[in-house]
Amino acid sequence: MFEALREALIEEMKLDPTVCVMGEDVGHYGGSYKVTKGLAEMFGDLRVLDTPIAENSFTGMGIGAAMKGLRPVVEGMNMGFLLLAYNQISNNCGMLHYTSGGQFKIPVVIRGPGGVGRQLGAEHSQRLESYFQSIPGLQMVACSTPYNAKGLMKAAIRSENPVVLFEHVLLYNMKEKIPDEEYICCLEEAEMVRPGEHVTILTYSRMRYHVMQAAKTLVNKGYDPEVIDIRSLKPFDLHTIGNSIKKTHRVLIVEECMRTGGIGASLRSAIIDNFWDYLDAPIMCLSSQDVPTPYAATLEDATVVQPAQIVAAVEQICQ
Amino acid sequence: MAAASFTAAKFLAPVAARSGGEKAPPLPAGASSSSFARAMRRGGAHHPRLRTALAVSSDVLAGNKAQAAAANPAVTREEALELYEDMVLGRVFEDMCAQMYYRGKMFGFVHLYNGQEAVSTGFIKYLNQADCVVSTYRDHVHALSKGVPARSVMAELFGKATGCCRGQGGSMHMFSAPHNLLGGFAFIGEGIPVATGAAFAAKYRHEVLKQSGPDGLDVTVAFFGDGTCNNGQFFECLNMAQLWKLPIIFVVENNLWAIGMSHLRATSDPEIFKKGPAFGMPGVHVDGMDVLKVREVAKEAIDRARRGEGPTLVECETYRFRGHSLADPDELRKPGKDYFPVSFYFFASLVKFLVLTRLSGEMENGIKASLAKFAVVWYSVVPIELVNETLLSDFSFLSSLHSSYLICQHSDRYDEKSHYAARDPITALKKYIIEENLGTESELKSIEKKIEDVVEEAVEFADASPHPPRSQLLENVFADPKGFGIGPDGKYRCEDPKFTQGTAQV
Repeated sequence: MFEALREALIEEMKLDPTVCVMGEDVGHYGGSYKVTKGLAEMFGDLRVLDTPIAENSFTGMGIGAAMKGLRPVVEGMNMGFLLLAYNQISNNCGMLHYTSGGQFKIPVVIRGPGGVGRQLGAEHSQRLESYFQSIPGLQMVACSTPYNAKGLMKAAIRSENPVVLFEHVLLYNMKEKIPDEEYICCLEEAEMVRPGEHVTILTYSRMRYHVMQAAKTLVNKGYDPEVIDIRSLKPFDLHTIGNSIKKTHRVLIVEECMRTGGIGASLRSAIIDNFWDYLDAPIMCLSSQDVPTPYAATLEDATVVQPAQIVAAVEQICQ
Repeated sequence: MAAASFTAAKFLAPVAARSGGEKAPPLPAGASSSSFARAMRRGGAHHPRLRTALAVSSDVLAGNKAQAAAANPAVTREEALELYEDMVLGRVFEDMCAQMYYRGKMFGFVHLYNGQEAVSTGFIKYLNQADCVVSTYRDHVHALSKGVPARSVMAELFGKATGCCRGQGGSMHMFSAPHNLLGGFAFIGEGIPVATGAAFAAKYRHEVLKQSGPDGLDVTVAFFGDGTCNNGQFFECLNMAQLWKLPIIFVVENNLWAIGMSHLRATSDPEIFKKGPAFGMPGVHVDGMDVLKVREVAKEAIDRARRGEGPTLVECETYRFRGHSLADPDELRKPGKDYFPVSFYFFASLVKFLVLTRLSGEMENGIKASLAKFAVVWYSVVPIELVNETLLSDFSFLSSLHSSYLICQHSDRYDEKSHYAARDPITALKKYIIEENLGTESELKSIEKKIEDVVEEAVEFADASPHPPRSQLLENVFADPKGFGIGPDGKYRCEDPKFTQGTAQV
């Protein structure tokens, strides 16, 4: 996947000279996860800017540069580090287009790896999608395959809105064959992973793989789950989700962020608001435990949703 | 044991050697002639360190000035009148804001710039249209100096649709794309990275896109206050700006107060200009109540940035005549009670000392008691915090002197406002213009009249303008309204007429 993201960046930077990258170790080091490997040699030190360790300030710098016509891609070495940039992301990124009465646009892409990895400890295992989702004026997408990673990165760079692109630490080495021709994924659309009839499973990012693993077990047990990767965390693609609910009448949300105030919580409300009449069972939501991610492997596994839990949940819903 | 190859010598090397040969300009130490510095010396200071480290006016340019003053005036007639007009516009506009606020035409937090006009005018009038200005919540006058019409600013303050930000920003968020005013920020410090980004974009345009104006790089000026200089974003941006030699000037409007927090109580080393050389850039201190001094420093800093030589930190010593905002009772900067002139205290304490030391025996206690009673009445006019320290507690001569000294200290603080009022930048420029025959009284009066008309017209325009309609509510949330997402019917929600009417639930 890191190569897909890299290809997307290279293509967009070749097409549009105002696209630039800024972040820690993106230049000479090639990026902590090799997403920007070789870019500094291709495009120069100013277009692929190695910043000092000052997230709040270099995110703000990206915003100021965007207001003056550039299209920066700001990398947080780990999504968790962007908590230090929260002031700039909330106050400036989300708001300046509005408070300036539409005079300045902020076409930044803020990206980075988040999610629970392999025993990285609590602070490097954060899921910021739930923290950013309330910020008005911001769009959030989460990629999960090399195909949609490249497509979403390109779409995010071309978008006039500020977009936060959530990548996952454990998915960077995923391999997939992707088309040679240019393609873009729609930022606002969800992705149908596996059509089915019995239950709608809504998921995103790494949990998609846990869901698909559970789906194999479920199919053997005779269930037919419909799996949708929502991709767009803000705003939700209510069309794809709604059509699915109208078909299956049962919803299970499987997410990696915390239960309290998470993406699942918002998604549940949106579904109840729009599709209440179509539901035959309460919406179930499987989220990570509201716990700082422990270091120990057994405990860490217990904080995130595992395929076995997903199977049990589907069985319960479909009773 | 540490290896012999390590020495501390490299840490003693001057900053210049480390930053690749760029020389930090020599900053004059020692006595200065400014009256503020004299006042500081006389009164001592709250902070012990300030008794030796004085605020120094920009003798950096003294050499230039001495030569230049004789041959060419610091400013031409047209420039002087332009500066005067701009400062008067700032002052009259802000006074009108206060009036309008108390009449219920504008609301919320309004921060006025009275007294600081020299900084805004001194810097911004030297900039081009393409240069950027980034400000804080005290941004009305920066907007006016940059060229935003007074009627747009006033309409924005009234919250009308014809305001420069369509009424959506308000007092603290003034933006203007045609004038390159990049805000207007409510949280202190958050504008500095944005300014750094604008400067980065200027450098990028020059080096990557190969576009640049005929004069050189487009310059960005970031204005912020003394309180902001203790914030992380300030230091982080000083570092990045110098690292990449960005065309930016960091202008500190040091008005000594952050709402009610005195700069001296908040800052370990109150001399902000010294923090520039710590990052490898020049740090200049200038008298921010003198527009011509500010302009000279501005010229040097802006020309430097345009040539690509990098950023400058300029600390302007200035003062706000009004409170922090129109809601600020401003109690810490004025005397809590009436006060007598300093000399009265001194002689009173001397008399008391003389009287008491000549008493003896039984009489002494009685007279001491009555004097104590008298003192209580007398000291009721002295601020309460002085009572414990002053003459009641101890009757030694040294104590009397010490008490008088303390009173001098405090009465200097209470003199702060009148001290700076005497240095009003507009009055000073007016005096200069008349003395140097750059203009006549009547010309200046006609400028003032013109400005009053402009501001009156701005108020009328704002009054007559419509409030924003409901349909405006959702228009500018996203630059691309597809960001509102796809609705259950498969169409983008922004195509729903309720979005254009502003009644949709997002």
